[in-house]
Amino acid sequence: MSSPSLSRSGIERRALGAGLLAVVLARPARADRPGLREAVLGFTGGAEPAEAGVTLDIPPLVENGNTVPVTIAVESPMTDAEHVLRIALFNERNPQPHVVTARLGPRAGRARLSTRMRLATSQRLVAVAEMSDGSFRAANADVIVTLAACVEG
Amino acid sequence: MARVLINLPRTARRGEVIEIRTLIQHVMETGYRPRADGSVAPRDIITHFACLYNNEEVFAAELAPAIAANPFLSFSLVAAESGILAFTWTGDNGFEQTETRSLTVT
Amino acid sequence: MRRLALALLLLGATAEARESSFALMSPETQAMQREDSANPGMLWVEEGRALWDSAGCAGCHGDVAGMRGVAARYPAFDAAPIDLAGRIAQCQEARQHRTPFPRESEEALALAAVIGLQSRGIPVNPPDDPRLAPALARGEALYRERRGQLDLSCAQCHDANAGRHLAGSPIPEAHPTGYPLYRLEWQGMGSLQRRLRNCMTGVRSEPYAYGAPEYVAIELFLMRRAAGMAVETPAVRP
Ligand code: HEC
Ligand code: HEC
Repeated sequence: MSSPSLSRSGIERRALGAGLLAVVLARPARADRPGLREAVLGFTGGAEPAEAGVTLDIPPLVENGNTVPVTIAVESPMTDAEHVLRIALFNERNPQPHVVTARLGPRAGRARLSTRMRLATSQRLVAVAEMSDGSFRAANADVIVTLAACVEG
Repeated sequence: MARVLINLPRTARRGEVIEIRTLIQHVMETGYRPRADGSVAPRDIITHFACLYNNEEVFAAELAPAIAANPFLSFSLVAAESGILAFTWTGDNGFEQTETRSLTVT
Repeated sequence: MRRLALALLLLGATAEARESSFALMSPETQAMQREDSANPGMLWVEEGRALWDSAGCAGCHGDVAGMRGVAARYPAFDAAPIDLAGRIAQCQEARQHRTPFPRESEEALALAAVIGLQSRGIPVNPPDDPRLAPALARGEALYRERRGQLDLSCAQCHDANAGRHLAGSPIPEAHPTGYPLYRLEWQGMGSLQRRLRNCMTGVRSEPYAYGAPEYVAIELFLMRRAAGMAVETPAVRP
């Protein structure tokens, strides 16, 4: 088991922590973190991605920001000659802009990735794909996060 | 050892694109969460995932603290030949776990 | 909050057909529960499966599949009303002579999850044991009693206002059919008692300690109220 604390007191501490987490997560992003645009341009090496060919699928209204399903799909034949090299996801208002970067290639067959992410608060997300011809494509989505009613702490 | 769930077909036709789903038990402590005593819980996350198909990488991912606890990853690959898929998660505090599954291609 | 709650009460309506909170969840969260390969609660089930052997349960009980239907008929009576978690602890303590896994430990939740899974889809079937009657009555009284700084009873939210919204969250009918379950808010697995504690602190009242007979009484009442509904363990909730 990865969870370190099995004792009752460990649970209590974790419970309290969960309550605090809700408060911390609700705080807007730190002033010192790079902006969303900077993060995207860092990934593309300064190139402006084209807004086409990428689907960023995330519920527009989220029940709980701790675990938000997100799927990114990129249009590509995924052949040796023409495929997606990397897919990255960035956020606007978490403490850090980066969420995930996947590396793939023709053997993946499909340029598609699903995961679950944390959303500190309502915000914008950007998915960027690096194509084998060196070009970049992107899609964005806006998400509204509601808070759970009866939480611990 | 962390519990892991890996979902993939046991057999596939040559050239078929199959979907793989993985779940692993991990707290994904962000490194930003204050504890009851006022200190901040140090970061403890899985930072890297890779899937090797007969020793060749077909998919990999770098994870940030924004990935939810008990990380879920779903991706696909082309069933090329029968063999072994190896899934490895690595992370903070020396975390490393590898699971293997066999795939029969007909 | 109080004003909001009172406004809700004035609009009071009663729920007729019973419905699991599953129906109130987003399609994404429903999919997480419905598909085992996407349900993080299954990680605890796997852990429970391993513990079933390593903690010596299989030695007496055989395959865990033999626990089919068991979770659907707890709490039961054995000297006192006892919930499933208490029963597991009792086996460890009285029959294995070892310290039981503490309530709410990952191990205890894992065992309860794998036992609960054996009853998934089976209708809740509370035992018809007259010795449970006093605890059942106590559970109902606790459910109807106003508590906390918000001076609200469980019934005021979960009977009178089920289906309405509280600060963005739909108020469910509070059926205990999915426990232990994976709550996104917890980022982990938790028992019904942990959930009840959340509702108690939610109205600014002091929760009982884990394992308190009050929880077993409330669970008895909730299970009676949910009789016939399908067990969902391991469920997923926001
Ligand atoms: C030494 C033998 C023994 C071991 C080991 C043992 N049990 Fe039991 N268990 C029993 C007996 C005997 C009963 C009572 C049977 C009955 O009432 O039908 C029982 C009853 C139970 C019940 C209630 C079943 C029901 O139908 O209500 C559960 C749940 C249970 N055990 C779980 C466990 C778990 C989990 C473990 C491992 C941690 C375990 N037991 C280890 C002997 C054992
Ligand atoms: C102020 C309204 C309110 C009160 C009072 C309240 N609850 Fe809840 N309860 C909720 C809400 C809202 C949820 C849904 C979860 C969430 O988002 O917090 C919930 C969830 C639950 C659940 C989980 C159901 C599931 O499907 O897993 C149970 C069980 C429950 N409550 C029982 C109780 C009991 C017992 C009491 C009295 C001790 C109580 N609640 C008091 C609002 C309330």
